[in-house]
Amino acid sequence: MIAEAGHFALWLAVGVTLVLGIVPMVGAQRGRADLMALARPATHVLLGLIVFSYGCLLLSFARNDFSILNVASHSNSALPLMYRLAASWGSHEGSLLLWLLMQAGWAWAVAVFSRNLPLPVLARILAVMGLLTLSFLLFVLFTSNPFDRLIPVPLDGRDLNPQLQDPGMIFHPPMLYMGYVGMSVAFAFAVAALIGGNLDAQWARWSRPWVTVAWAFLTFGIALGSWWAYYELGWGGWWFWDAVENASFMPWLVATALIHSLAVTEKRGSFKSWTVLLAILGYSLSLLGTFLVRSGVITSVHSFASDPKRGFFILVMLAITVGAALSLYAWRAPKVGLGARFSTLSRESLLLTNNVLLLVALAAVMLGTLYPLILDALGLGKISVGAPYFDAVFAPIMAVLVFFMGLGPLARWKNDTLPALAVRLRWAAGVTVVCAALTAWIGGKITLGSVVGLLMTYWIVFSVLTELWERVRPAGGVKANVLYRLGQLPRATVGMMVAHLGVAVFVFGVTMVGTYDIERDVAMSPGDSTTVNGYTFTYQGNQALRGPNYDAVRGHLVVTRDGRAVSEMYPEKRVYRVQRNPMTEAAIDSRIRGDLYVQLGEPIKGDTWLVRIWVKPFVSWIWVGCLFMGLGGMWAVTDRRYRARATSASTEPAGTAATAAR
Amino acid sequence: MRAERGLRRALRRQVLVLVPLVLLVSLWAASLVHAKEAAPASADPALEARVMRVANELRCLVCQNETIAASNADLAVDLRNQVREMLRQGRSEREVFDYMTARYGDFVLYRPPLKSSTVPLWFGPPVLLAVSLVGLWWMLRRRNRLPPEQFENDPIGDANDTPGPARERAGGGDTR
Amino acid sequence: MKVLRYLVPMALLAAVVAFLGVGLGLNPREVPSPLIGKPAPAFKLARLDDATQTISREDLLGQVWMLNVWASWCAPCREEHPLVIDIARRQLVAVYGLNYKDQVPAAKNWLAGLGNPYRATLVDSDGRVGIDYGVYGVPETFIVDRQGVIRFKHTGPLTPDVLRTRIEPLLKELQRAG
Repeated sequence: MIAEAGHFALWLAVGVTLVLGIVPMVGAQRGRADLMALARPATHVLLGLIVFSYGCLLLSFARNDFSILNVASHSNSALPLMYRLAASWGSHEGSLLLWLLMQAGWAWAVAVFSRNLPLPVLARILAVMGLLTLSFLLFVLFTSNPFDRLIPVPLDGRDLNPQLQDPGMIFHPPMLYMGYVGMSVAFAFAVAALIGGNLDAQWARWSRPWVTVAWAFLTFGIALGSWWAYYELGWGGWWFWDAVENASFMPWLVATALIHSLAVTEKRGSFKSWTVLLAILGYSLSLLGTFLVRSGVITSVHSFASDPKRGFFILVMLAITVGAALSLYAWRAPKVGLGARFSTLSRESLLLTNNVLLLVALAAVMLGTLYPLILDALGLGKISVGAPYFDAVFAPIMAVLVFFMGLGPLARWKNDTLPALAVRLRWAAGVTVVCAALTAWIGGKITLGSVVGLLMTYWIVFSVLTELWERVRPAGGVKANVLYRLGQLPRATVGMMVAHLGVAVFVFGVTMVGTYDIERDVAMSPGDSTTVNGYTFTYQGNQALRGPNYDAVRGHLVVTRDGRAVSEMYPEKRVYRVQRNPMTEAAIDSRIRGDLYVQLGEPIKGDTWLVRIWVKPFVSWIWVGCLFMGLGGMWAVTDRRYRARATSASTEPAGTAATAAR
Repeated sequence: MRAERGLRRALRRQVLVLVPLVLLVSLWAASLVHAKEAAPASADPALEARVMRVANELRCLVCQNETIAASNADLAVDLRNQVREMLRQGRSEREVFDYMTARYGDFVLYRPPLKSSTVPLWFGPPVLLAVSLVGLWWMLRRRNRLPPEQFENDPIGDANDTPGPARERAGGGDTR
Repeated sequence: MKVLRYLVPMALLAAVVAFLGVGLGLNPREVPSPLIGKPAPAFKLARLDDATQTISREDLLGQVWMLNVWASWCAPCREEHPLVIDIARRQLVAVYGLNYKDQVPAAKNWLAGLGNPYRATLVDSDGRVGIDYGVYGVPETFIVDRQGVIRFKHTGPLTPDVLRTRIEPLLKELQRAG
């Protein structure tokens, strides 16, 4: 009954999205306020219906209703409650319903937080979002119904994949989908502006907070995924350049280019068509990502059960959605003006360079991800494109990008000269080289990768500090209140600096762990010890234990450094009772200066076990850096110019209010 | 009675001191006997490091989403052993890769080999990088030669809000 | 130039969609064998039924033969076995088995229970010969011609469809050629 109610709610939602997609749009084109006024309430109703539907699914999982195929395939009565609930998005069907929930949620947020958007603009935006929601609703209802029944009802379910029985499962998909689906907001803003013909600086100011928040969520989502893979999968790495990882990274690259592009459009009115294209591209890549994960076209550890029929549906969806948007672009964009003038060296041109580099990076990732498919389709054989390719190709592009990242914020708008810029940055450049050399020397091992990485890190840090100093330093020799000026810095500026510093932290983590990572495989009997990088690991033996739905062998190691106790580590080998696949739970001790990572291997003889020990310097900085990036973005969105209310119809209203920062 | 109690108390005190002491000494002795620097799991860690480096570039054909270094599949273990043996015999890493591709094709390499079909793959991104930067520069130059009427009104005119000593800025000053 | 700007994104979209569409019909997990058209790798393995006797590749020259890789621990092998028995019964080709990474008693039991279509079964307990043949799963089936060149490989269980459309025509052709 509950499942049928949830299913029915989705059909009702189809009706609502049809209304939402058509009526307000017509109203906006014809100037009919009564039709446009339908947009907001329709969005509220849509959210209500999808929330209800998802609630039905959650309830079914919570109640162990194994008459529902989805529940029977991905859950089990012995599964702890929080994982039973998380299992609702552990399947292809359930995750699509989560996608719909996010889509409806974003549309609702736009409806609620856009008090100062003119009604026609809002109406068009919500109409587009309604249509996007409709496409996914149809996909779910026709090919991927999460509420399908299973008769005869099994006694118990097949359990959730053990690798997903982890807190990461609770946070990573929702966060990631918030990001993926958030790109649809940028898309909707762009398409609405193309239709309405109001592609201008104001439009950029309205779009910017939404795109930034979506970008922040995508950053958090990807970082969570990477962190989760690191500690859960136990292979010691944090990024595999797997097709699905790339599928989430590609929209991120575009979103990053988009937020910078919007900055220029907002400030100078330039880059309008470029920005619109990026907005369209961002959501297209979200769709592409969905396609890659669910169609079986590319193998991936992440793929849901692949089904070419579903793949075909998404492909058609992608072709129609993106094709329509691009057609609209081709038709309307010629009317878009050139924007203000800027010289060959200026902040605008540097930001444009940033965009170009991000898009080249995107092209590289997309090429590598799709190339095996391209060759196979052309009958030219089967190859694999993995980490060695991406590392070789991607890193140089990023190095160039980071170089420009240091220049951009310090360049003047509109017109700057190379000598002037060089003077502003000479201190930062010098200190960068010195610090990088010092760090490499202290580290003990010097490789090309480590040198480039350290240069990148310090370049960002010191260029940000240079900018900060330029903004707060006393004017005209008067020792005015630096702290006061610090406090006066606009949030958007602070946010930008925090986010850029986040990139530096990230690069530092990647460089250090890539260069100075140490692995040691040892055979240990109780009492044996080994010392890695100053840390002494002493094996105490192991014991068997019973978890809620697994049996495990848990090892115990004591870690000391210079005689002082540092930590106790408990790596496990688990066998989940239902699916019977063995899993290693590595023991990880995360510290600021690095992680101690211990994995229990196989028993060798008697009570001697193979133990794998890693010391990974600064690895957690990778995800802390991403955290700073996202937080910086969120902080920037709370800038007062987005929160100011509209003064009157004639003056420029400030943009949309602060959003998910709440 | 009191003497007995006193004796018991003395005994208890002695026990309380002796037992931990005995335990400590025996533990320490046991650690001396059993504790040793754990032997590396393999006889030749340097060789093992090379094996892992090579194995990290080979794709596990069973799971297909792991390297044979990380995979626990039977075939992965067999292939790792094969790699180890070949390296131990003094073969080069190139020979190991050739061995694998002779049997499993290019699919088994995570680093796609450079051949005519993969030229766009390897040269595409660097060429694109160079072309786009040059193209951008050229486009910017061309744009700057256009007459001023082609451009729209400049929202900030000539006032430039670069970072600099704090000064009055129009419109509530934000440079982002 | 302007036109280019609007045509390029569309063209890219069309190209990507086209490739993805074709991709829907392909199987990304299937690994084609580089050994097709190359001489079958050498081997010399003991027979399952008589460990003192060995068979080498040279022994099989001059005839068209099929190598069926199987193991007693492999469930899909069980599914395809009736088809292999049928192939042997119809004398389409000489079938030899390769017992891959298995235990001899278990293998013998398996054949005793399900039937033995093989002229001989070769014991590859450490999987070395399997690796030489590019085996990455069981079951797999190879067809080798009179000159000892591999002409066909099928991964996964044999199906009547594959037998009818690919194997039988190939066998006719190979057996005709002297």
